[in-house]
Amino acid sequence: MNELVQYLSYPFVRYALAAGVLTALCSSLLGVTLVLKRYSFIGDGLSHVAFGAMAIAAVLSISEEMIVVLPLTMICAVLMLKKGRNAGVKGDAALAMLSVGAMAIGYLLLNIFPTSANISGDVCSTLFGSTSILTLSSADVVTCVIMSVLVTGIFIIMYNRIFAVTFDEDFAKASGVNTEFYNLLIAVITAVVIVLAMNLVGALLTSALIVFPALSSMRLFDSFRKVIISSAVIAMTAAFVGISMSIVISTPVGATVVVVNIFIFAACSAIRSVKK
Amino acid sequence: MQIQCKNLTVGYEDGPVAEKINFEIEEGDYVYVVGDNGSGKTTLLKTLAGLIKPLDGLLTYENTTKEAGVGYLPQHTQIQKDFPASVAEIVLSGRVRKTGGGPFYNAEDKKTAQEKMKKLGIENLASKAYRNLSGGQQQRVLLARALCAAESILLLDEPVSGLDPAAASEMYDCIRQLNDDGMTVIMISHDVDSALEYADKILEFRGNRTRFVSKELYRSARGNMK
Ligand SMILES: Nc1ncnc2c1ncn2[C@@H]1O[C@H](COP(=O)(O)OP(=O)(O)O)[C@@H](O)[C@H]1O
Ligand SMILES: [Mg+2]
Repeated sequence: MNELVQYLSYPFVRYALAAGVLTALCSSLLGVTLVLKRYSFIGDGLSHVAFGAMAIAAVLSISEEMIVVLPLTMICAVLMLKKGRNAGVKGDAALAMLSVGAMAIGYLLLNIFPTSANISGDVCSTLFGSTSILTLSSADVVTCVIMSVLVTGIFIIMYNRIFAVTFDEDFAKASGVNTEFYNLLIAVITAVVIVLAMNLVGALLTSALIVFPALSSMRLFDSFRKVIISSAVIAMTAAFVGISMSIVISTPVGATVVVVNIFIFAACSAIRSVKK
Repeated sequence: MQIQCKNLTVGYEDGPVAEKINFEIEEGDYVYVVGDNGSGKTTLLKTLAGLIKPLDGLLTYENTTKEAGVGYLPQHTQIQKDFPASVAEIVLSGRVRKTGGGPFYNAEDKKTAQEKMKKLGIENLASKAYRNLSGGQQQRVLLARALCAAESILLLDEPVSGLDPAAASEMYDCIRQLNDDGMTVIMISHDVDSALEYADKILEFRGNRTRFVSKELYRSARGNMK
């Protein structure tokens, strides 16, 4: 504990914690909707796409990689949502193709046009997150803060409509809600959050940030509002604890955060089975 | 005349499901929609609710009826059984477009939701979890939500399917009560006996044809068939 307090005097530690906790907040808010709409596969697929986009940006040596990664991920998010709704085996397979394809192309690009001497190190850090969260600049943190405020703000303002569309899209549409718009909005926000989260835990573990807090909360609470709030609290706690632990005992950041989430999920499941 | 269909064709992108549907519905009518599985009843209701566009023909709502809102109760299978939401949250979501453009529900919305729950005898369930309710209670919650959205028309897709006979009969009583209060009800049902008891008019799907008759005509036609 003392050690942690000591670490907190370093700006990079404070930056990492701030960015991590905020990212976790955004992913958890969205996660509840995605899980309940049975769209959590999009999180997984998009993180692979974001990896591919990251590779393209690296190969083109674009310094502001967001310019490439964000729009590409957004476009795929919209495509996936459209495909996912027309469900069926073909839709499913198309999604798998897109996400695995993006991954493979990304890896291939990084190998053919190496941008640094240590390719496997680069790939590994893009996939599993790296120490990059410990090297954030204050500008990175500001970007992260702005994105989180936007995502959280939109979520709060749209909360009632998001609930209606999540619970029963047909009813919402029959009542005159523009459900297409809200689905699009959800897709776009998902893309933003995934790109944000990728810097924290890496591409592969990003969907864990989206899925775990939502599933944990749904084990504990029966009202949508409580599930949302608890999901946010759980996600932020897990991010704080995970990042602190990884710094103190020098473990990989992303994997540690996910493991903390797994423990919380197990605890919530246990509590639920005791209550029943 | 509140709703009029003339030579209406309903269906999806891949083609029509039912054609040449003709009917006129007056305010306060209680209309049963009956017919075989897959004959297009749900498709018609979705068209009336504005979820899908008519493929052909005419569907007109009287003046402002459509804007005032139809209350739609979807076929039960569409809603997830394990969705974490309280009864109050769900009923209130019927007001989602009535908040006067603001993002949050106001006192009037909450009052309306309260009234509708009271009307259906579920006000004591308000804080309960939807996923822990019985099938009959769940349907009442969805009906209360539809009432929050509806000024004058209810579109109900098999509201009693999957309910035990007692719960089904309570549900029928609720719906008839609403109809007595002046609500136009268009309801899909497999229960021909209850159609003969409660309905004013019956829309029957058979093959890809439909006919729209009064209860009396329907009864005598059935008598002839036997
Ligand atoms: N989303 C859809 N897209 C294409 N066809 C559909 C869709 N939903 C239902 N259908 C088809 O439309 C027909 C009528 O279905 P439906 O209206 O649900 O029948 P009913 O409610 O009378 O049992 C069925 O053959 C069904 O396969
Ligand atoms: Mg049906």
